[in-house]
Amino acid sequence: MAKVLVWVEHDNASVKDATLAVVTAASQIGEVTALVAGSGCDAAAAAAAQIEGVTKVLKADDAAYANALAENVAPLVAGLMADYDAFVAPATTTGKNIAPRVAALLDVMQVSDILSVEGPKTFTRPIYAGNAIATVESTDAKLVITVRGTAFGKAAATGGSAAVEAVSGPADSGLSSFVGSEIAKSERPELTSAKIIVSGGRALKDAATFQEVIIPLADKLGAGVGASRAAVDAGYVPNDYQVGQTGKIVAPQVYIAVGISGAIQHLAGMKDSKVIIAINKDEDAPIFQVADIGLVGDLFKLVPELTGKL
Amino acid sequence: MKALVCVKRVIDYNVKPRVKADGTGVDLANVKMSMNPFDEIAVEEAIRLKEKGVVTEIIAVSVGPQKAQETLRTALAMGADRAILVMTDDEVEPLAVAKIVKGIADEEAPGLIITGKQAIDDDSNQVGQMVAALLGRPQGTFANEITVEGDSVVVKREIDGGLETVKLALPAVVTTDLRLNEPRYASLPNIMKAKNKPLANKTPADYGVDTTPRLKTLKVGEPPVRVAGIKVADVDALVAKLKEMGVA
Repeated sequence: MAKVLVWVEHDNASVKDATLAVVTAASQIGEVTALVAGSGCDAAAAAAAQIEGVTKVLKADDAAYANALAENVAPLVAGLMADYDAFVAPATTTGKNIAPRVAALLDVMQVSDILSVEGPKTFTRPIYAGNAIATVESTDAKLVITVRGTAFGKAAATGGSAAVEAVSGPADSGLSSFVGSEIAKSERPELTSAKIIVSGGRALKDAATFQEVIIPLADKLGAGVGASRAAVDAGYVPNDYQVGQTGKIVAPQVYIAVGISGAIQHLAGMKDSKVIIAINKDEDAPIFQVADIGLVGDLFKLVPELTGKL
Repeated sequence: MKALVCVKRVIDYNVKPRVKADGTGVDLANVKMSMNPFDEIAVEEAIRLKEKGVVTEIIAVSVGPQKAQETLRTALAMGADRAILVMTDDEVEPLAVAKIVKGIADEEAPGLIITGKQAIDDDSNQVGQMVAALLGRPQGTFANEITVEGDSVVVKREIDGGLETVKLALPAVVTTDLRLNEPRYASLPNIMKAKNKPLANKTPADYGVDTTPRLKTLKVGEPPVRVAGIKVADVDALVAKLKEMGVA
């Protein structure tokens, strides 16, 4: 059976949701070992050990791995890969940053953003913003893969009882250092795991109007808040709200698109949602071609009315 | 210092790609092609760094068919100083592109290598990270802001939760995200001038790189199609639907 090393995304204390779908995908390739690289990451390693399907946890606890700098963690992973057949990471900004660096160190051509496992080395992946799906087979000796989280079910976060083994790797490369971060603190569900998402487009006019119109509806539904690229570019909301080909890929139970026309790049990020609801004044907007339920009209009137009636 | 920017000729981002009926790929015959949008941002950033006096020379590189020359001419018209076309009619995977770029970097010794974070055709998001790995240099991916400070570069990165700032020792590789800058249009006089800027023709063999694909494409198919649903007349009907679904 193939031996698979999974990158665990965590904040040292707990394991992030993105990891669970990766474990599901990795289990379809082989036996899963989870790698928790961090600084003071005992709690995260203990949480990873409980994930259903994880047979072993490798814990690399070192100040050099504190912020998952690719220059430090990629050589660690590449070294560990001597004993593994595949490295699998989530297609999050962390996974996308690290995995190709690992792949190049191993002289492997990475398979990005897989949607399904079709065989021991065969996978499907989206190309052209999801307008085509390629089935590819790797001919490399080892595999390096990133996984699209919305395409796989989540492994149960508890129920497993894997052993935790401490490992060490190269010291700080000295090439890069972490300066700081601006992470939005929010009580709202994260976009990639939200059951309902309310998303706004350029039609929202400005940042204040976006807040006035979108937020009350999202609050009422307990929804995550997203935005089109146009709305982010126009400065209505920060970059981490962006849903689309180059932003976040989401697949909630219900996606409510408000004032979003439905550019190819946006559809690429949300068309796997279970139910899509579109509110737009232009009845010919492309968003209506993918929406399950459409409501044509002035969003400034309709959205507050909807919020009021829920 | 020199800046090396990597540009790729891809399907224009406004064109809806069509899958070929025989399942071998996407039909690119008679389709409008342009510079990958993220690479335009890379070229623009290099030009701004040159305007600030940080960068002294900009070299644009493309790996691709003869026609990728047009993409390089666009980069030259925007403001790059010279170009290198590594010509091949084969589809070249990110790993092989990275090896070629490493070969060029070994010859040119740039202080910064700037690439788009991903190409909008294969959506791989790999080349920059791979170049950095092969050169043993640091990487600042998904850049939102770049500031060169002495012998290092500070890169503000767009990450899932917000923004993160890292400091990298030069030389370094930076990949661009959407909001790093807004690329300029090339003016007509600059388009004319670009015709006389140097463009060197090379091949992957010049850098000793084997471009044989490592991934075999077995099939390219259509994604599952969503069909348009219903339109409701008013908010009350929408509320009723939401209640049916159990979300309200």
